[in-house]
Amino acid sequence: MQRDQQPRSDAAAPPILEVRNLVVAFHGLAGTLRALDDVSFSIAPGEILGVVGESGAGKSLTGAAVIGLLERPGRIDGGEILLAGRRIDNLPHAQMRKVRGREIGAIFQDPLTSLNPLLTVGEQLTETIATHLALSAKAARARAVELLAEVGIPAPANRIDDYPHHFSGGMRQRVVIALALCANPKLVIADEPTTALDVSVQAQILELIRRLGREHGTAVMLITHDMGVIAETADRVAVMYAGRVAEIGPTREIIETPHHPYTVGLMGSVPVIGEDAEDLVQIDGSMPRLNAIPPGCAFNPRCGEVMGRCLSQRPGLMPAGRSQAACWLMDTVTGDAA
Amino acid sequence: MLYFIIQRMLQSVLVMLVVAAISFALFSYVGDPIEAMTGEDDPIELKQQLRASLGLDQPIPIQFARFVGNAVQGDFGVSYRARQPVMQLIAERFPATMELVFVASLIALFVGIPAGIYTALRRDSPVSYALQTGSLIGISMPTFLTGILLILVFSVWLKVLPSFGRGETVDIGWWSTGFLTVSGLKSLILPSITLGLFSTTLIMRLVRTEMLEVMRTDYIKFARARGLRDRSINFRHAFKNTLVPVVTITGMQVGSLIAFAIITETVFQWPGLGLLFIQAVGNVDIPVMAAYLVLTALMFVVINLAVDILYFFIDPRLRADRAVASGATT
Ligand SMILES: Nc1ncnc2c1ncn2[C@@H]1O[C@H](COP(=O)(O)OP(=O)(O)O)[C@@H](O)[C@H]1O
Ligand code: SF4
Ligand SMILES: [Mg+2]
Repeated sequence: MQRDQQPRSDAAAPPILEVRNLVVAFHGLAGTLRALDDVSFSIAPGEILGVVGESGAGKSLTGAAVIGLLERPGRIDGGEILLAGRRIDNLPHAQMRKVRGREIGAIFQDPLTSLNPLLTVGEQLTETIATHLALSAKAARARAVELLAEVGIPAPANRIDDYPHHFSGGMRQRVVIALALCANPKLVIADEPTTALDVSVQAQILELIRRLGREHGTAVMLITHDMGVIAETADRVAVMYAGRVAEIGPTREIIETPHHPYTVGLMGSVPVIGEDAEDLVQIDGSMPRLNAIPPGCAFNPRCGEVMGRCLSQRPGLMPAGRSQAACWLMDTVTGDAA
Repeated sequence: MLYFIIQRMLQSVLVMLVVAAISFALFSYVGDPIEAMTGEDDPIELKQQLRASLGLDQPIPIQFARFVGNAVQGDFGVSYRARQPVMQLIAERFPATMELVFVASLIALFVGIPAGIYTALRRDSPVSYALQTGSLIGISMPTFLTGILLILVFSVWLKVLPSFGRGETVDIGWWSTGFLTVSGLKSLILPSITLGLFSTTLIMRLVRTEMLEVMRTDYIKFARARGLRDRSINFRHAFKNTLVPVVTITGMQVGSLIAFAIITETVFQWPGLGLLFIQAVGNVDIPVMAAYLVLTALMFVVINLAVDILYFFIDPRLRADRAVASGATT
């Protein structure tokens, strides 16, 4: 009891989401492709973790694995996923269904295609609410109106019986966010939530996502390939490359003092919100396909600082300033220091 | 919406007029009915008398106007062969075809749709593979062959079902039904399966394809991510979104069941409109052929109209577009 009154350090607060050594593979006729290899990270209550990386780095796959919606032939081949300390990667289908929507909310990229065109937004909201919360039809509808108000839909009581096509793209993404929040989830996974939106609308949606953490203590996994979005929104950043976490650390540190050579390249230009980060990458070559990931460090064909051991030994995450980076350069630094 | 329905009805009337014109043209281009009705030895006077009594001595436009006017009142003249009002012949045969088509449609819907949904949701189950293979056979087998094979197995070998006719029927007013007697029901089984098999497999394959398509959409993924129940995802969200194409094809299939009844009725000597039509063709009995064409076209048109109206109930986007369109003009 007395312990509760003491200020808790970051390390003591149990993370909402903890992903440990996650491996996701596709088992096909042509063999097995490891799309995620030893991915680890965690997100604290109220924290926004940005996940960046080029297209195909495995960002969406990580989100899908956490929410238990990997599509065949993809499946989790190793590691574990813990939600508020409880393992969820091995839950049976029926139990995982109750975690989805109830404890983990999801926001997808394209608000124009995320909503069922044949049902009113009210029908979609109340169904989701009633699935997870023991509320009467009337109470569910009242909550739906509340949610629409909370995400900034004007005159929600009038709009609730409208169909998705009555809303603009930005308004539809607000409805999508309301749907993700129906049961007050602990964690929200937002996969490129602003990519399909106008620049002017992007900032509003990001502000809405920031408010989630501030006002509800919701942890957010914000997936994007846009460093501008990350700089604007995230508390910490995980940089992914070829299905691995290359570097993870506080947003300022990642932007101002990147450690991993890939992150350094990624930060080569100062990103501006709305501009495509991929256009800004100034590293020669491209990310390897899953069937051509080199041994050792996956980045070694493109790395300017490649060393002998990079070609055969795979670097794990090592402390690097206030961040951690999966690069043998960090080993020399820390090795020397120790 | 009213505007839309009126517009479609006008189109339907236009279609019917064209069909009427084609039917009418049969009279002038397919041989001389008087020659067919009389012998070579009959006197010229008799032939002319007959011609005048059938109104065949009038100018063409007048004849057509009268044809349409009479047709609207259900009067298609007198059969050249049976010397009875055509409408009477049709009324006698109509219930047989309608009951056959009705049962075949029920089979197509209540077997085709569930089978389509099942094969889409349980893609890898042995039952799905069996249904998929079976549907290939159903879709490629000619109707007369299906009928003959069914007769061979169930009538000739097993001797459990009749191979021809309607069995005993009960008259309710002018409608004679086979639904109320055991022999009537047993007689319906083989013909309706024969007639419905193709549509059943077609609808099953269509539903399966559409379901698989919808299952890949973002809104289904999002529905899953919200933890909705499987049943709701499969039916409330996914199946409902396949309805527009499914209703379209189902409507067309019911129409074609009426048309394809000709083959089934011939194989099973089913005393319906199709058989009547085949006999009329053999006898060059133009009034009967014309009436059959017009009636069949009418049923197609009515079904299409029903399908168009159903769209409104299924898809709110259509309702809205109309509202916007009419709002913009008024
Ligand atoms: N069904 C599949 N079979 C094989 N590989 C797949 C499949 N789906 C995705 N992948 C691969 O997984 C990798 C990660 O994809 P994804 O997580 O979508 O990347 P992103 O970081 O752009 O979101 C990509 O290399 C992609 O090619
Ligand atoms: S481990 Fe070696 S190859 Fe990989 S990023 Fe570091 S220096 Fe470059
Ligand atoms: Mg992605």
